[in-house]
Amino acid sequence: MSLLEIQNLTVEFKTGSGWFRAVDGVSFTVDAREVLAIVGESGSGKSVSMLAVMGLLPWTAKVTADRMHFEGRDLLGMGKAERRKIIGKDIAMIFQEPMSSLNPCFKVGYQLTEALKTHMNMDKAQRNARAVELLRQVGIPAPETRLNSYPHQLSGGMNQRVMIAMAISCNPKLLIADEPTTALDVTIQAQILDLLLKIQRDTGMGLVLITHSMGVVAETAERVSVQYAGQKVEEQPVKGLFKDPHHPYTAALLAALPERAHMKRLPSIPGMVPGQFDRPQGCLFSPRCAYATQLCRTQVPPQQKDLGNALCHYPLKDGVALGHPGKEKAA
Amino acid sequence: MFRFLLRRLALTVPTFLALMFVTFMMIRLVPGDPIEVRRGERGISPERLAELRHEMGLDQPILKQFADYAWGLLHGDFGVSIITKNPVLQEFLTLFPATVELSICALLFAILIGVPAGVIAASRRGGVYDQSLMGLALTGYSMPIFWWGLILILVMSNTLGLTPVSGRVDLINYYYPSVTGFMLIDSLLSGEKGAFLDAVRHLILPTIVLGTVPLAVIARMTRSSMLEVLEEDYVRTARAKGLAPYRVIGIHALRNALIPVVTVIGLSVGSLLAGAVLTETIFSWPGVGKWLIESIGRRDYPALQGGIMLISSIVIVVNLLVDLTYGLINPRIRHAR
Repeated sequence: MSLLEIQNLTVEFKTGSGWFRAVDGVSFTVDAREVLAIVGESGSGKSVSMLAVMGLLPWTAKVTADRMHFEGRDLLGMGKAERRKIIGKDIAMIFQEPMSSLNPCFKVGYQLTEALKTHMNMDKAQRNARAVELLRQVGIPAPETRLNSYPHQLSGGMNQRVMIAMAISCNPKLLIADEPTTALDVTIQAQILDLLLKIQRDTGMGLVLITHSMGVVAETAERVSVQYAGQKVEEQPVKGLFKDPHHPYTAALLAALPERAHMKRLPSIPGMVPGQFDRPQGCLFSPRCAYATQLCRTQVPPQQKDLGNALCHYPLKDGVALGHPGKEKAA
Repeated sequence: MFRFLLRRLALTVPTFLALMFVTFMMIRLVPGDPIEVRRGERGISPERLAELRHEMGLDQPILKQFADYAWGLLHGDFGVSIITKNPVLQEFLTLFPATVELSICALLFAILIGVPAGVIAASRRGGVYDQSLMGLALTGYSMPIFWWGLILILVMSNTLGLTPVSGRVDLINYYYPSVTGFMLIDSLLSGEKGAFLDAVRHLILPTIVLGTVPLAVIARMTRSSMLEVLEEDYVRTARAKGLAPYRVIGIHALRNALIPVVTVIGLSVGSLLAGAVLTETIFSWPGVGKWLIESIGRRDYPALQGGIMLISSIVIVVNLLVDLTYGLINPRIRHAR
């Protein structure tokens, strides 16, 4: 049984001009001891789908799914109080902005022991001992004195370490990391990623890593899910994805990696992720796709079962677009 | 910390001087002087008038009068009331506890209802409760104090007979010496049966009338501040820990949301004392507000001037204290000093 199992998850936001679909029929599973990366540009619905799992979306959001199970328990069907027993204990999450994700009015120690107080049967001395142990585990020097610091007295990297310590305090079975390194210095980024992976290996928890960096994916993940405009366009083991991407979007993302560029100019994907008002009729990527034909623009693409579930009319195999009529006819 | 205090105190000196000058001149702009007001229908001979004016120094050039007054004030001399011949400071201190008692009750009323109301409104944003509460707050804010007081007296005291119309305590049934000047404490100290409840009953209406405007301001401020804070990342973090909503809202969000609310509470102390002038007059509450109104009628220059100076220095001190409490709530300010 998978740790987390999600089928056909859709999240819509109520806006002044109707409903905006931020996540559109996304499915995936996470197993214990597995690292799943979710990749995509800003606005592709990566964070929103994970916030939906946590139940942290604002009241303007409507979440529907055929299945959203954690260890076989239906997250959507259970009551709020019951769900709070899982959130923060068995599923934990860390966020993008460590500086604003910690409450400026409370000491690190207070915020660190809060989840322990809520979920674990520990007295005050035990909680404090655990907090010191956690800070040491995430590599914060002089943990005893740090417990009495306020977040503004620590650096961004230190704060993210505190966030990680907080998230793993109740030994979660699944940790969701939402772009945990985006707001940090490059040197700190590698340290934080290493720390997350070490903890994942040591504890055997499942890790979902949301990122927009293919470089991070290559270093960390075992399986990759690529999202675009709220849809999952491809999913593959990391090796296969880098070797033979099946969706043109994945291929374009990989081509934009500086390490892979062999021209003078770095290739880029023209245009932007469609928003609420410029959503294309057929394939959502068609306005930016080098292979797009009239079919792509009018018909919703099928999922290619054998080729990484690529959501494409002409999936790539070894760089060749299968069934594509050719560039001349495409235009 | 100490330097910060000194700097803040130094800044109040020019404020104080300007205030003294403006009130001094404004009071004398009111037509008539203490003697003309008192001479009655039979009149007074011009010679006697000039003599009395000379006695009080009112025939001096106005700047000379001001300089004399300022010199006295610098030595802690607030002058003597023209009407009662008592020192102004002594009169003020006798009446002030009544005003303080009323103001504290009104402020507590406003905070204890306003903050929870704002928090609940924010956490149910856009709902029926939110909209009706904010509608009420706007009504309360726009309500003229004198009208609101009269309506409450009419309904609560006259029609329903629930509360007394005026005063601080029923003097026919209860008599006891004033120890602290605070009726709630004195009535308890007296040990007289029912005295405390009677004092409370007298306080209810004035408290509501004086507290209504601050209540509305605090509720609206708490709501908007809460709405802002609830969108913050750290509130999401708190919810991600699986904390119960009351902990997320009541501890993580409220502590941050209170920072601007404390400012508003501090500022409302000034408007409370101003509102006390009207409220005390409506309810015949023997405090400094009623005393000031009477002093205007009698053109009692020293009493008016002294009263205004004392009240404004209290407002200045309270605002200073409010500045200091920021550090208690917000650690970022505490460490920045």
